[in-house]
Amino acid sequence: MDSYQETIFKLKRFWAKQGCVIQEPYDVEVGAGTMCPETFLRVLGPKPYNVAYVQPSRRPADGRYGENPNRLYKHSQLQVILKPAPADVMDLYLESLEAIGIRLDQHDLKFEEDNWESPTLGAWGIGWQVMLDGLEITQFTYFQQCGGVDLDLVPAELTYGLERLVAFLQDRKSVFDIEWVEGVRYRDVRFLEEQQFSVYNFEKADVKMLWELFRLHEAEAQRLVDEYRALDAEKDFREKSRFPLLAAYDHVLNCSHTFNLLDARGAISVTERVAVIGRVRKLAVGVASCWLDQQNLLERQPAAEVQA
Amino acid sequence: MSARLPLLFEIGVEEIPHWMIRPALGEMERIFRELCEANRIEPGALRLDATPRRLVLRAEALPERQPDREELVLGPPKSAGEGAAQGFARKNGVTVAELSVEITPKGEYFALRKKMEGRAVREILAEILPEVIRRIPWPKTMYWTGKGGPTFIRPIRWIVALFGDQVVEFSFAGVQAGALTSGHRRLGAKEIVFDHATYEERLEKNGVILSAAKRRQRIEAGVKKLLKGSGLEWVRDEALLEDIVYLTEFPTPVMGRFDERFLELPREVLTTVMRHHQRYFTVQTAEGGLAPRFLAVMNMKADRKGYVVKGNERVLEARFTDAQFFWQVDRQKTLASRLDGLRHVTFQAKLGSYWEKTLGIVEGVKRLAGWLGLDAGIAERAAWLCKVDLMTEMVKEFPELQGVMGGLYARADGEPEEVAAAIYDHYLPQSMEDPIPRTVYGQILSVADKLDTLEGCFGIGLIPSGSKDPFALRRAAQGVVKVLVEGRLRIDLKQAVEEGMKATGALFAECGDGQTQALWEFFLDRIRYYFRDVRGFAYDEVNAVLAGDWRTLPDLESRLYALKLVRQTENFEPLAASFKRIRNILRQAGWQGGEVRAELLEAAEERALHEEASRVLADVRRLRASDDYLQALAAIATLRPAVDAFFDRVLVNAPDEAVRANRLALLGGLFHEVSSIADFSEIVTTTTTG
Repeated sequence: MDSYQETIFKLKRFWAKQGCVIQEPYDVEVGAGTMCPETFLRVLGPKPYNVAYVQPSRRPADGRYGENPNRLYKHSQLQVILKPAPADVMDLYLESLEAIGIRLDQHDLKFEEDNWESPTLGAWGIGWQVMLDGLEITQFTYFQQCGGVDLDLVPAELTYGLERLVAFLQDRKSVFDIEWVEGVRYRDVRFLEEQQFSVYNFEKADVKMLWELFRLHEAEAQRLVDEYRALDAEKDFREKSRFPLLAAYDHVLNCSHTFNLLDARGAISVTERVAVIGRVRKLAVGVASCWLDQQNLLERQPAAEVQA
Repeated sequence: MSARLPLLFEIGVEEIPHWMIRPALGEMERIFRELCEANRIEPGALRLDATPRRLVLRAEALPERQPDREELVLGPPKSAGEGAAQGFARKNGVTVAELSVEITPKGEYFALRKKMEGRAVREILAEILPEVIRRIPWPKTMYWTGKGGPTFIRPIRWIVALFGDQVVEFSFAGVQAGALTSGHRRLGAKEIVFDHATYEERLEKNGVILSAAKRRQRIEAGVKKLLKGSGLEWVRDEALLEDIVYLTEFPTPVMGRFDERFLELPREVLTTVMRHHQRYFTVQTAEGGLAPRFLAVMNMKADRKGYVVKGNERVLEARFTDAQFFWQVDRQKTLASRLDGLRHVTFQAKLGSYWEKTLGIVEGVKRLAGWLGLDAGIAERAAWLCKVDLMTEMVKEFPELQGVMGGLYARADGEPEEVAAAIYDHYLPQSMEDPIPRTVYGQILSVADKLDTLEGCFGIGLIPSGSKDPFALRRAAQGVVKVLVEGRLRIDLKQAVEEGMKATGALFAECGDGQTQALWEFFLDRIRYYFRDVRGFAYDEVNAVLAGDWRTLPDLESRLYALKLVRQTENFEPLAASFKRIRNILRQAGWQGGEVRAELLEAAEERALHEEASRVLADVRRLRASDDYLQALAAIATLRPAVDAFFDRVLVNAPDEAVRANRLALLGGLFHEVSSIADFSEIVTTTTTG
C-alpha cells in the first residue's frame, strides 16, 4: 500500500513522463485548481501547454471542524491540464490510475455526465465525473470557455480528489486515517487546520472586515484592468507588454476567496449572491480579455525587444 | 435492379450521456432515411443500436447503385429541319439516328432521351454519412478539435462505415472512416476486425453487448440469480433500469449490504440515497420492508475479488452516515420553532422570501378549506409548516426530498397525522403520471401552494412564453387541474383565481384585471390539455362543456363523461347539427331573449315542440339538480323528432313580427337551457370523433 505522498509522487511522475510541467501549488487561496493562473490564464490563447500540480483548495463552507470523515475545509486536488487534449486522453487517464495501483480489471469504472461550470470565472466545459466502484474520484472536463472567451485549443482538465482517492486505495473510512507517510496520519498533519479554520470561518470571521477586504481587492483589480485598457498598443507598447495583469488576477482570486468566507459566514443572502458572483466574474472576464490581448502583443514583437 | 449490400455505420464516441442516447438514435434513423430518399436510394430494413460509446446504424440491403434515370432533352422543333437536328445531336454527342421526335402541346420537337446512369451508392454514402453525423441534434454540444471545429455531443474517436466489404471513404473531425470497431474500454481490444455477419459476436467477445434489450435481460437475469433463495425481492424501477442500460456496455449486477442500524432512517431517505445518488436498486423483504441490501450494476463482467461490492458498500456507508447525522441534527429543533428562519430564504427576488410565500399559502388554504367546509386549523397548520424543511440539512443535501422530509419531521415533532401527511404530499403531482396527494388536506395544500406561485408570478408579469417557463408554471397549473379533478374537489377555480389575484394585487400595484384574465386563460389552456391529452376526450367535447355554465372541475368532468356517452346514441349528432342551426338563426336574428306566448303558437309542429321542450326541460332541470348529466343529456336527445319536425314544417322567419319573435323565443329558450350543460353546437358532426 502506498502512502498519501507516494501516490502523489506517482501521479506526478506519470504526468511528467507525458511531458507535463510539474508545477508547485499556487500561493494564493483558491477554491479549486482550475482557478490557478496555470490553468485559468494558460488555457487562453493558441499556445499548447501541459501542466500538472497539486493544489490545496479551500472551500470554507465545506469545513466540518475536522469531525466529518469525508468533508474538508481544505482538500487537495491533483490538477492536470493537457492543451490541446490528445485524442487518446482517456487512455492516458486510465493508465494514470494503473500507475497508482488500481487494477482496472478488478474494479468498476463509469463515466457519468457532469458538465462543469464556474459562474465566477465565466468558464464552462463538458465532461464527466469518473466513478470508481461508486465513488467519484475524478472530474474530467473538456474546457469550452474560460473568462467568457471561446478557447482556441480545447484543453482536457483532469482533477483528482486526492484525499478520496487515497482513502479508497488505503481502504480507510475516514480521510483523517489516511497514512501520509509511514507512521504519520493525515489527522496528525491536518486536523488542527481543519478545526481552527472551521471555527474562524463559521464563528469568528469579521464580516465587516471581510466586506472591506472584498471591496479593496475588487477596486485594485478593477483599477489595474482599467489602466491596462487605457494604454495604447503602439505608443505604450513597453508598459503594456510588462503590465502586471498577473497581480490583477491575484486580487481577483482574493475577491473570490473573500466571497467564499462571507458565504460560509452566512453573510450573503440568496439574492445578493448572484450579484456578488457577477462582480467577481466581471473582474475575471476583464483580466482574461486583457491577458489575451497582452499575449497577442508579446507574440507580435520579437522576444529580444521585450527584454530590452 | 442492382445488387444489394449491407451497410454498417458506427460512430465511436467518448461516453455519451445516457439519457440522450435513445432520442439520438431516433434522429439518426430519421435523418438517414431522409437523405436516402433525397438521393433516390431505397433504404430497406434498418436496425439501430447504441451503447454509451457507439451509435450504430445497420441497413440490411442497400442497392449498390442508384436506379438509372431517363432525362428528356428537347431540341429544335421538327419544322426547323434536318440541319437543326444535326446540330442538336452533335451538341449532345450522339447521332441523329439516336434522336426521337416528341409531340408536345407546342408541336413536334426533336428530342433526346438521355440515359442517366445511377451513381454508385458507396459514393453517395460518403456524402450522406458525414451529413448524418452533422445533423443529429443534441441538447448540448461541444467542440474538441479547436475553435470553429465540428461539434458533437462528445469527441468522436472512430468511425466504421462498411458497405458490403468496402469502406465508405470519408472523414469527420479528422477521423477517417474505416472497417475496425473498438471494444469495451477494459474488457476489449482497441481495434477489432469483423464482418457484417460477425459484428455483434465479435463485439460481445470484446466486452460489448450491442443490443439494449440484451443488456436489459442480462441485468434482469443477474438480479434474479443474486436474489435466488434469499427470500428477498427486487424493487423494480424501470426508469433506473433504462438509465443503467445506457450507462453500460457490459452490465453485471452485484449485491452489497449495509449495516442494519441505518434501517432506523426513513425509507424515503435510504431509497433516495441509493436510487438517485448511487443508482442502486433497492431490495425488500417478503413483508415489503426495506432489506439492508442493494443492487449495483457494474460495467464489467465479474467482481471476482469482491472489490467492487466492497467499494460500493463503503461509499454507501459514508452517504448513510451523513444522512443519519442530518436526521439527528434536524430533529433537535421542531419545524414550528424554525418558521421564522424562512424570512432569510429567498423565493423570488421580487416576490420575497419563503416567509412571504407561506403567508400566501396560508391565506389560500383558508379560502379553500372554508369553501369545502374542512377543518381550518389543520389546513392552516400544514400550510405554516410546509416550507420549513427547506432549511433542514437533509433537504439541503437531498433537495428532491423537499416536502417528504417536512412531513417526516412534522410527524417526529408530534404534529397531527393529517398535518404531517399534507406536508409530505404537497409537492405532488410533479408530472401527469404522479399520483395526487392522498388526503384532502394534502390536496388543498398542494393547490394553494401552486396557486400562490402562479398568482405571484403572473401578478408581477413573469408569464411563461414559448419554451421559457423558468418557474415551471405550466406544471404547477397542470398540477392544480389534476388535483381538483381527481380529488373531486368542488372548488370554483375561477373564483379561487380571482380572489387570489385580488390578494396579490393588494401587494403588487402592477397586478390588475389583465393579469387575472391572463392567468384564467392560462388555466383554461391547461384544462383543455388535461382533458384532451391526458384523459383522451375529444377536443370538441371539451369545447362544448367548457362553453356551458360549469363552476368546478369535477362537475366539468361529469358533463364530459355524459356527453361522451350520449354522443354515441343515434339521436345525438343530428340533434347537435340542429343546435348549430338554431345558434346561427338566433345569431342572425340578434335574438335578445323573451318568453314563449302559447297563444301565438300556430303550427302543430311548433306547439308540439313547445310541449315536448317544456316537459323535457322540466325533467332536465330536475336531473341536473342531482348532477345526473347522463340522464339529462339523454332526455334532451329525445327532443330530436320534435326539433326535426319543427324545422321541416315551420318557417322561423314568419312574416308576422310577433309570430317570428315567438318562434325565436321558443328556440332561444331551448338552446339556452341545453347549452348551459354543454354547447352542442360546438360538436363537430361531420366526422365522428372521440
